[in-house]
Amino acid sequence: MQYLVSVIHDSAELATPEEMAAIDVFNDRITAEGHWVFAAGLAGPDSATVIDNRRDEAIVTDGPFLESKEYIVGFWIMEAADLDVALRLATDGSKACNRKLEVRPIL
Amino acid sequence: MSAVDVPAAISRAHHEEWARIVASLTRRFGDLDIAEEAAAEAFATAVQRWPADGVPPSPGAWLTTTASRKAIDRIRRENKRDDKQKEARLLYDDDPPEPLGAIDDERLRLIFTCCHPALAMETRVALTLRMVAGLTVPEIARAFLVQQTAMEQRITRAKAKIKVARIPYRVPSAEDLPARISGVLAVLFLVFNEGYLATGPDTDPVRHDLTAEAIRLTRLIRTLLPQDGEVAGLLALMVLIEARRVARISATGELVTLDEQDRSTWDAALIAEGHQLVRERLAAEVPPGRYQILAAINAVHTSARNVRATDWSQVVALYDQLVRLDPSPIVALNRAIAVAELDGPEVALAAIDRLEPRLDGYYLYHATRADLLRRLGRGQQSRAAYDAAIGLAGNPAEIAHLTRRRDQLG
Repeated sequence: MQYLVSVIHDSAELATPEEMAAIDVFNDRITAEGHWVFAAGLAGPDSATVIDNRRDEAIVTDGPFLESKEYIVGFWIMEAADLDVALRLATDGSKACNRKLEVRPIL
Repeated sequence: MSAVDVPAAISRAHHEEWARIVASLTRRFGDLDIAEEAAAEAFATAVQRWPADGVPPSPGAWLTTTASRKAIDRIRRENKRDDKQKEARLLYDDDPPEPLGAIDDERLRLIFTCCHPALAMETRVALTLRMVAGLTVPEIARAFLVQQTAMEQRITRAKAKIKVARIPYRVPSAEDLPARISGVLAVLFLVFNEGYLATGPDTDPVRHDLTAEAIRLTRLIRTLLPQDGEVAGLLALMVLIEARRVARISATGELVTLDEQDRSTWDAALIAEGHQLVRERLAAEVPPGRYQILAAINAVHTSARNVRATDWSQVVALYDQLVRLDPSPIVALNRAIAVAELDGPEVALAAIDRLEPRLDGYYLYHATRADLLRRLGRGQQSRAAYDAAIGLAGNPAEIAHLTRRRDQLG
């Protein structure tokens, strides 16, 4: 079972060198334990573009689909047997990157 | 068995077997929704059949078998549309019946799943009352003054989340267990408190159905986790409070405070049970948690012939111990109430006034101040404090009590 673990923050500032070092340690650990599938940081929501081609013509909109104070600044995809395992990983991940995380199952 | 006994037999079976049936079906079919629906259908079948056929010799076994058949029927119906694999598993499922210990373990799994920290507190309460206690959705909706459709949605959403997010159906690992047990106890204490101090203008001041249910579930957890001190502590606390239920509300529906209660109406058997549990915990010589200390405080109260005979220094000492574990202003407020009896209302008032910034919106802060000001003869200030308390209180019996006290100020 895989979970999308989104990193939630109110600024798109990059992680500090200390945070980056802690994230590396965390990633090494979850890779060794077989939980790491993928991880990436995202550019800020100002750089987003929404496209809607459900009708006759594709409509392109500048900006994110939802304006909010906090947004997703990065994510992991983790392999975990169940939510307890995923939450335990996310608890450590939140400490490592010093950001709030959202855990959501991938269907 | 005569026809008259059938409803009683069904109700007893419901109390004794519901959680067991839901738990074992959840384990067998891996789905809370199927388990709940099949258990409900089995009881509905019993209501139809037992009056004519008689109560089966082993009602639990009859209900489990009937519920399993209902579950398999539903899965077969659904499997006609999809998922052939499940069908295959069901056809070859010839697991022997679980031994008793394992079944008890299943009820524990069910409780831990319903009280999972990934669910909102109000959802945990609703799910526990439905799946473990077997209350119907309309009953739960009534208890928490929520529309039935809203309660239905809350429970449906919770079951879907458990399934999709894969909230595990198991007893938590040893490292998680203490936190998870305290999560379960928090749910049970919340159910108990809602029964003990029901809120809302049209509710009964004491909802005995909820206090009884909370005690029943805590007893169940205690049989499953007999070594846990806080489980014993919570059970002791609940029975010592429940023992005073009748004395707590007057014939006119007004709250009767501890000092004015007719102690001869207290339930001696429940008090004996509570005292026994507290003694057992004292003998364990393990540092007590919050519920055990609260139980010990209630044991002191219920040991005294009257308020003056209460060992207030012991009560204050226990509150001191509690403050170290839980430095919340509400604990400090309760400690001050005991201090008023030991050192006088003036000392208590000084302690309470320091809590104002944090407790200004809490009716018991104002009610306690009002009482202390009244005892100090400061009528005008007392009246203002009663007014503030009445404005914030939600329980009709408490409002009646506070109003009478205020009007007696003259």
